[in-house]
Amino acid sequence: MSIEQANNTAVNRMMEARPILKGVALARDVIPGMKDNLILHAGPPIEWERMSGPLRGATIGAMLFEGLAKNETEAISMVESGEIEFDACHHHDTVGPMAGVTSASMKVYVVENVEHGNKAYSNLNEGYGKVLRYGAYSKEVIKKLHWMNDVLGTALAEALARSDGIDIRALIAEALHMGDEGHNRNKAGSLLYLKSISPLIARVVKDNSVLSEVLAFIGDNALSVLNPVMAACKVMTDAAHGIEKSTIVTTMARNGTDFGIRVSGLGDKEWFTAPAEIPVGLFFSGFTQEDANLDIGDSTITETAGIGGFAMASAPAIVTFVGGSPQDALNATLEMYEITFGENKYFTMPSLDFRGTPTGIDIRKVVELGITPRINTGIAHKDAGVGQVGAGLVRPPLAIFEQAIIAYAEKYNL
Amino acid sequence: MSETEFEIRKGAYYDSVVLMRLQRDLAALPGVIDAGVVMATAANRELLSVNDLLPGSVNSSPDDLLIVVKADSKNSATNALGNVDELLSRRKSSGVSEDFRPHSLNAAVNQLPEANWVLVSVPGRYAASVAREALDFGKHVFLYSDNVSLEDEIALKKTAREKGLLVMGPDCGTAIINGIGLGFANRVRRGQIGLVGASGTGTQAVTSHVHALGGGISHAIGTGGRDLNADVNAITAHQALDLLKNDPGTKVIVLVSKPPSSEVATKLISAAQNANKPVVVYFIGYPAPARKIGYIHFAISLSEAADIAVELINSNLKLAGGDKLPNPNSYFRGLFSGGTLAYETLLGLQASLSPIYSNAPIYAHQTLKDPLKSESHTIIDLGDEYFMVGRLHPMLDNDLRIRRLKQEAADPEVGMILLDIVLGDGSHPDPTSELAPVIKDILRERTDLTILALVIGTDEDPQDIQLQIDRLEEANSVVFRSVTEVVEYISLIFSTHKSSQFPAIALDSLTQEFTAINVGLETFYESLKLQDAQAIHVEWRPPAGGDEKLASLLARMKN
Repeated sequence: MSIEQANNTAVNRMMEARPILKGVALARDVIPGMKDNLILHAGPPIEWERMSGPLRGATIGAMLFEGLAKNETEAISMVESGEIEFDACHHHDTVGPMAGVTSASMKVYVVENVEHGNKAYSNLNEGYGKVLRYGAYSKEVIKKLHWMNDVLGTALAEALARSDGIDIRALIAEALHMGDEGHNRNKAGSLLYLKSISPLIARVVKDNSVLSEVLAFIGDNALSVLNPVMAACKVMTDAAHGIEKSTIVTTMARNGTDFGIRVSGLGDKEWFTAPAEIPVGLFFSGFTQEDANLDIGDSTITETAGIGGFAMASAPAIVTFVGGSPQDALNATLEMYEITFGENKYFTMPSLDFRGTPTGIDIRKVVELGITPRINTGIAHKDAGVGQVGAGLVRPPLAIFEQAIIAYAEKYNL
Repeated sequence: MSETEFEIRKGAYYDSVVLMRLQRDLAALPGVIDAGVVMATAANRELLSVNDLLPGSVNSSPDDLLIVVKADSKNSATNALGNVDELLSRRKSSGVSEDFRPHSLNAAVNQLPEANWVLVSVPGRYAASVAREALDFGKHVFLYSDNVSLEDEIALKKTAREKGLLVMGPDCGTAIINGIGLGFANRVRRGQIGLVGASGTGTQAVTSHVHALGGGISHAIGTGGRDLNADVNAITAHQALDLLKNDPGTKVIVLVSKPPSSEVATKLISAAQNANKPVVVYFIGYPAPARKIGYIHFAISLSEAADIAVELINSNLKLAGGDKLPNPNSYFRGLFSGGTLAYETLLGLQASLSPIYSNAPIYAHQTLKDPLKSESHTIIDLGDEYFMVGRLHPMLDNDLRIRRLKQEAADPEVGMILLDIVLGDGSHPDPTSELAPVIKDILRERTDLTILALVIGTDEDPQDIQLQIDRLEEANSVVFRSVTEVVEYISLIFSTHKSSQFPAIALDSLTQEFTAINVGLETFYESLKLQDAQAIHVEWRPPAGGDEKLASLLARMKN
């Protein structure tokens, strides 16, 4: 099989994967290899000593949530004495935004690719402000996590259990026609999600005030659907992974210290990493570029699957991130066609006359042209617990794609 | 009677406006009576049902795309469904955004698919691979870059020829296609003179002069300076000649080059002879064999080439010659009694017969090894000292010539033989009384052979010139009265070459609105825009940022 054929297979599998949101379950019950003392995190694998503020904070928060530790000091000493194990979410069919920290007792979305049969998991979105995914672990943060697990999670689990599930690919396709790009802007998608889930929740939640609380929580959070969307992108890119000879990127992820990628034809555990960059963007009042942490989160799985920054042409409302004019948004997407293998069959963009989104990053094209993927991202404060400080644009370091080319040449004896 | 077929696409979301357009396009297909394309919500199913477009067997969920076609036959319905993907992906326009500058040829081609030319002016070491990519996309190439290796040039041109595409260059400084100047080009009137130029400034000088004389240029096709080398073998020049020959907008062709290799020149002239329109040839520094041979006019300077071309625009060309067409792949043999006649004929045929040998050669490398044995095309001066030992001059004694004539005619590879018959006082009193019967016998045996007779003399000569001519014609030979005429005739016959085994370049390439992708010098792009040509500029950078190790790995990862 030629590289072209391999890539064709990989990208077709990515597009034909059909992610259905099937349910919500306890991480320890569904995530492969999940253990009580295991903390999953975003990005490529990393040890505690090299973790950035937000990831450390989220780890402490998860330990408090799990009851593994009573306070910050105890948590840190447990970690330092080696009682806690860490691994990348991606090694466990899981993805999480920002710190991506996922522990055994957390409820997670279950998304199944009904075309190829693989599954992926992602935690529940906490909304804005002081939240675990940005490294916050105060009492209110933990309290909210418990409410999400016990009330929201239970409602979602029961609601979804009584349905055929929600087709996330169709939801993304529709949201792209409503001004979303699927990563930084999920306003339309979240409302579509609310539309689909509300009648289901109403059937299972009997107490009106709880019902109101749950629906308001989902509806108020314009990122509600981000986690199922990420899990959907994960099943798509996983379906494209492991195709012998393929040069298509199947993972892009950051842990707040390193940016890592994996490539379809280069195996599961082989990450190509380099120091992550600091996103450039717009900041909430009171914050500046100085406050920004290095790039963090698994949400780059959206760009890997052909949406997010790659579908910028669909999201004129957020063009300020890329320079200001709708033309800049079009140009952002046009640039990504240069480094991708194909055009998406299902995700189309009205502003480009319904052209499919650029899909399937080809490491050959990235290195040949020196054009790295464009990523739309939230920006975390570099200190644990402060939260989101802005949003903007970042690109992975070119070096990791060059490493991948060299590794490819070695593996295939070129 | 109608048949209804349907297709369900799981989880494929499309906006209803897109679906209505698809529905309209499907309904317009042959044999289709009605079509319904909807997201299969309950309301939409109901709508289809009301319109008798919902077969009972349809089992769908609201997230599914449901496509139903009702047609006059099952076949029409199935065909219509087979068109769905194409109709969905069809775009009204390519959405050219002048604002966006692509970085790769691939992206540029997607952005401006109607572009038929790619201008390449990147540094030489990268130029061949960019040109190769352009050919792979089916585009003609204007290759301005120099320092492209000879091997690359040959490979590119061979690939292009296989695909019916042109590679102008490398090191092609100028061209004018459909009124648009490429590279360095002068602003000249459009007209009916087409140019094939292996010299950039030569092309500029001729086109400018044509303009100054009130004429105009249809197209000026550059070939690059090495095209007429023996190694490249004028691949582009031949293609360009062919293209201009077929172009109804071109009435006269001008061919300009620095000195080509003689082999290449011969073939090119032979091809020009077949253009069926006048061709003005100026091979700088190459001796012109005549002012005019058949369709070909030889110029002695760039400005004269322009002068002749402009004059020819309104003239009609007439050619002398017989009807019989000998095999152009056979050999020519000239058996002369007159040394100067042999020499002039040899000179005149330099451009059209190659290789050609003689016992009285003009150039040393054309010396016949053994005067008694002809090879390839040969011209023999039988009055040469070698043959004269113990003999009378062939103008007096036909014996030697008759023996040589029979010898040549016995060679099946020989297709044409020329004899001169020089009359006058002192010559043989009645040469054709001996020659004509031999000619007649030979031609009876070999019907594929042509024998030409060049008769020199006057009506007052003692041999009765009319009688001599009549006898020769009665013996089925073709009679000429001057070297110029006979040379023209031979040249035309031997330039009737086979039609090319390569695909012809589509004439559209010249006549379509010129649309280009520019890779390299931005000034070329700006110049195209100033001429109101549609074009996009590629922000080209060396592959892998110039890292040779990575670039060589990438080169091995092309497929």
